[in-house]
Amino acid sequence: MIKDFFSLALKNLKSRGIRSWLTLLGIFIGITAVVSLISLGNGLQLAVASQMGLASNELITVQAGGITGYGPPGSTVVEPITKGDARAIERLSSVEIAVRQNIKSAKVEFNDVVNFRYVGSVSNKEEERDLMQTRANAGPIMGKLVGENDFGKVTLGYNFYDKSEEWGGEAIIPGDTILINDERFEVIGIREKVGSLISDNAVSMLEEDMEDLFEYGNIADLIIVKPKSEDLMDKTKADIEKLLRQRRGVKEGEENFEVSTPESALATINSVLEGVQIFILIVASISIFIGLIGIINTMTTSVMERKKEIGITKSVGARNEHIFSQFFIESSLLGLIGGLAGAIFGTFIGFAGTYGINNLLGTELVPNIDFVLIFLTLLGSFLIGGIAGIIPAMKAAKQNPVEALRG
Amino acid sequence: MEKKENKVIIELQNVHKYYYMGHSIVKAVDGVSLKIKEGDFVAIMGASGSGKSTMLNLVGSLDVPTKGTILLDGEDISELSESDLSQIRGKKIGFIFQSFNLINNLTAKENVMIPMIFQGHDSEERSFRANKLMDLVELSDRMHHSPNELSGGQQQRVAIARSLANSPEVILADEPTGNLDSKTGATVMDFLKDLNKKGKTIVMVTHDIKLVKDYPDIVYWLKDGKIEKITKKTVKRRTQ
Ligand SMILES: Nc1ncnc2c1ncn2[C@@H]1O[C@H](COP(=O)(O)OP(=O)(O)OP(=O)(O)O)[C@@H](O)[C@H]1O
Ligand SMILES: [Mg+2]
Repeated sequence: MIKDFFSLALKNLKSRGIRSWLTLLGIFIGITAVVSLISLGNGLQLAVASQMGLASNELITVQAGGITGYGPPGSTVVEPITKGDARAIERLSSVEIAVRQNIKSAKVEFNDVVNFRYVGSVSNKEEERDLMQTRANAGPIMGKLVGENDFGKVTLGYNFYDKSEEWGGEAIIPGDTILINDERFEVIGIREKVGSLISDNAVSMLEEDMEDLFEYGNIADLIIVKPKSEDLMDKTKADIEKLLRQRRGVKEGEENFEVSTPESALATINSVLEGVQIFILIVASISIFIGLIGIINTMTTSVMERKKEIGITKSVGARNEHIFSQFFIESSLLGLIGGLAGAIFGTFIGFAGTYGINNLLGTELVPNIDFVLIFLTLLGSFLIGGIAGIIPAMKAAKQNPVEALRG
Repeated sequence: MEKKENKVIIELQNVHKYYYMGHSIVKAVDGVSLKIKEGDFVAIMGASGSGKSTMLNLVGSLDVPTKGTILLDGEDISELSESDLSQIRGKKIGFIFQSFNLINNLTAKENVMIPMIFQGHDSEERSFRANKLMDLVELSDRMHHSPNELSGGQQQRVAIARSLANSPEVILADEPTGNLDSKTGATVMDFLKDLNKKGKTIVMVTHDIKLVKDYPDIVYWLKDGKIEKITKKTVKRRTQ
């Protein structure tokens, strides 16, 4: 008999107008959000991590910033980190090397096209350069990387070569000359694709060239630190913090600089992503709740509209439980249909998103299709439909047959 | 049928049905007693508002009385739960309404099968019986049409087929020809008469005096919720 109610419910659903389906939007959006979040899985985390250049996991970076002083915004200029800080850090017993790196935005001209790009410095000292290259994790795909005494020469990120449309249709290759802030530089190499929008679009040149070009003196945008051993990561971090507090004259807890280990950076990313996920889940819950109300609403309307039908079925022998079951099942199916559409669309978003991430980063992630979880979300939406249907179905079951027949 | 005194299927004992409208009381049925016997063709006649429909609903235990007792096959319906009463009604009584009351989302055949669902018949049995019943009302070729694709007369024949779904003992019809022209009405009446000949008990509400002359054995004349007079067909077998 339950089977018959299912097929009756399906027939009734088929004859429903667009209004009923619109009320499923809430469930649809909620389930889409949940399923796409799950199927994107850690692809999202990987994407953010690689955008932030966290490929290598044995280096510490030091930057100015952190809690940027007190008073109205803009009134405090963060005191920059300097070359001297880098030297002092290098003298710490737990530190093997500390290198300063500067990253600036510059006007880059090629083929009469001007674009603004980041320029990053490379040290002229071999061991420092090696360290920076470990961090950048991108070898040359054409030509070579900037090396010892390569003054006036640059290597470029993959996009300079790949996105020729940005340069008037001409791909930049080794041997070409480009203008950076109106100075001529010879391109000696193109780096392989790393998938980060920053590195793939960045120019690398020797620190000395950069200092001449931008005249920033001793300032360091970044200090890259290699501890003597990976096990010393936390101790090194603490040592650097202590040193910089002294040098910059700030108290603990009021640091105007930031020392981040890959773990701490990853933890930051994770906590941000967690926040995003929680936000999405809250939005999902709200839309599912709205969906619930929507189903209650359509089912109540439906009971009113089908009063006569209820009267008829009662007159031909339907028990109250039969009427209840019929409406309850119909409501559950409504929820299930919304959930099913959401699960399908969410899976689609998972696939499309993973494809996008793979395309961008050159990774080979597969979407995380968890059939158990999808089954659970479907079961959930079926139950939500059912819960929404309880009161309307009870209303339907309680109709007096004579009054219901009158319509 | 001729030999023994026929069994009483439905009995009303001093039945009242009141409607309370604010301070006033509408006595729709006001102290009616009657017995419906197996094989009877009964008509309930009366002016509009005289309480015919209310009385028929009571006879069919679709409604419960304010006062008085209704026995269905000897059982007091007031002692049954709403659901049990509904299920018994579905088995023993078939309804035909003036406005057909078919479900438009379903096909003609599905409408005929609906009452069988609630008696727990399986789908094969339902389909088999529905085919036979659609054949009986000469609508085999309209089986898969929606009711709103059928003429009034055809719809009423589907309703007759539906009323027969669970082989009830009694068919109740509330102005079955009320929405039909006289010719179509006559075919519907012929179907009912046929059923009566085959042993079904028929209780019909009408205010068409012509129908009363031709078809029923017993006519209850209703006025203001009371039985004013009872007339019996004189050309009944037992007087021959
Ligand atoms: N649900 C109700 N609430 C209030 N009054 C009602 C209700 N149902 C019926 N009545 C009243 O009871 C009386 C009898 O109604 P009923 O429908 O039985 O008449 P009827 O003889 O079938 O009339 P008609 O020939 O017009 O169908 C009428 O006065 C009607 O207004
Ligand atoms: Mg009436």
